[in-house]
Amino acid sequence: MSKITDHELELKSVRLRKKTLEAIFEAGAGHTGGGLSCMDILNVLYNRILRVSPETISDPNRDRYVQSKGHSVEALYAVLADRGFFPESELKSICRYQSPFVGHPTRHIPGIEMNTGALGHGLPIGVGMAIAGKMNNAPYRVFTLLGDGELAEGSNWEAAMAAAHYDLDNLTAIIDHNTLQISGHTHDVMSNEPLDEKWRAFGWAVKTVNGHDFTELTDALSKPAAAGKPTCIIANTVKGRGVSFMENTAKWHHGVPSEAELKQALSELDAAEAKLKEVAR
Amino acid sequence: MFTPAAKAMAEKLGLKMGRANLDEFAAALQELAKANPNIIAVTSDSRGSGKLAPFGQALPKQLVEVGIAEQNLVGITAGLAACGKKSFGVSPACFLTARSLEQIKNDVCYSDVPATLVGISAGVSYGALGSTHHSLHDLATLRAINNLTIIVPADNFETREAIRAAAKAVHPFFIRFGKAATYDLHRPETKFAVGQAITLRDGKDFAFIGTGETVVHCLLAAAQLAERGLNGRVLSLHTVKPLDAETILKAGRECKAIITVEEHSVHGGLGEACAAALLQAGVSVPFRIVGIPDEDTVTGTQADIFRHYGISMEGLATLATKLMSPIRPM
Repeated sequence: MSKITDHELELKSVRLRKKTLEAIFEAGAGHTGGGLSCMDILNVLYNRILRVSPETISDPNRDRYVQSKGHSVEALYAVLADRGFFPESELKSICRYQSPFVGHPTRHIPGIEMNTGALGHGLPIGVGMAIAGKMNNAPYRVFTLLGDGELAEGSNWEAAMAAAHYDLDNLTAIIDHNTLQISGHTHDVMSNEPLDEKWRAFGWAVKTVNGHDFTELTDALSKPAAAGKPTCIIANTVKGRGVSFMENTAKWHHGVPSEAELKQALSELDAAEAKLKEVAR
Repeated sequence: MFTPAAKAMAEKLGLKMGRANLDEFAAALQELAKANPNIIAVTSDSRGSGKLAPFGQALPKQLVEVGIAEQNLVGITAGLAACGKKSFGVSPACFLTARSLEQIKNDVCYSDVPATLVGISAGVSYGALGSTHHSLHDLATLRAINNLTIIVPADNFETREAIRAAAKAVHPFFIRFGKAATYDLHRPETKFAVGQAITLRDGKDFAFIGTGETVVHCLLAAAQLAERGLNGRVLSLHTVKPLDAETILKAGRECKAIITVEEHSVHGGLGEACAAALLQAGVSVPFRIVGIPDEDTVTGTQADIFRHYGISMEGLATLATKLMSPIRPM
């Protein structure tokens, strides 16, 4: 994989945040806040970590990524298009009549491993994939991205127990810890803190990072945190990241921007892009 | 399970008692797994109840234990299948198909991975343990999920063939059976094909369309009625989905009455599937669904429950006689 600098990644994230918002606007539906919060994680995964590409998507030894928080699919579509899994023009067809680009991930889309969307499914699937990898002495790693609100689903904890039981150090769970879910703050809806202690108690090696810091994310994702243990990365993120009026606002969980709001959001992201380019000069 | 009269009839028909389909399944899976290291059994503290302890001893690397966690069982089974394994998730049908229904729907069927789900001690096999342990809903719920082959084998032969078919399949399978010994129903030359009913007895006065461990009772009832001059057809409809509509419609057109029999709720299972096929093809025939009625299931062994609801030689013969009489029952 070619080296990409933090600065290039940052620019890419801004560009793909715009694509995500445009896609949601076009579709008239989507999950805005969580897509923006996990964009930097997805970019680090697909540009620095995952050994997978359009050419190797059928390679049994490819790294696996399962997006358990399937609702943030528009961000994933934008990243997969950027990585060449399908043309970027396809983003316009999201949620359209007869489009394969459904509002949650499906295997009909090149690059997507499993159909997800109901919460609490990605980690058990990831455990199965990681066990298969261990059985075959395969070199691949398995990554799954979970929302923090999603952790209320009990199936996650069944899988957390199994991953530690089977010493799955080829499995990494990333928590998009933006602290908001559809009805409000996770601590008001169903408290899940302290997350790090919970995962440690389940036998995982835990790292907490700034989920918008490319260096921290890269360091944490590059290798398992401990031999013989699954890795949990708690990525502290901002829901709606990059758009002032969407940041840290629960209503943008699945809010669809109006034309004026899209314009405003894009202009903020354009300004951020221009500033980044300025710095580079 | 059988009255002395039913046993005598079985003997007259030359039926030999086989072993439990559960035992046949465990042996068949172990044999397949020995030859194919990609076959993996996944259990939820169910290796004992699934008779897979010998499998685990012989092939320890091919058995994954997930503990009492059925949702995780199905997710892991799907993940294994997505990574090249031929995985069999094995758990009591009652838990497997209710607690993990969403995992079956999304992780297995919608994601279209080559996983097989095996519902052990299905129907009312757990008898007096009560309704928490009965699976009378599984055919109804799973029939409504796209991309799942559903097989309910009647005897050891059908069980073995179903497991072999599942091991070769590239799409999801669900197979469910009980744990009581069953009579061997088939002749050695019988061919098994997924989606094709097997005709156990031919006749045109009536037809019993049974699935799973009720089929033997259909066969015995038909034999008893034959002694009274009524020649009925007995179909073992082992594949509940995809439905063998052709054979069902043929029976509807040729026979004077149809009785479907299943170890399942009368709602949403084999009976309603047959009724829909017949009605939509414009075939009208006296028709009854025998299964477990929509009520708090009676307490008792599997045999008691079968007998209570008329899933027996005597019960089915009586119903068929009534259905064919000029004044119909009910």
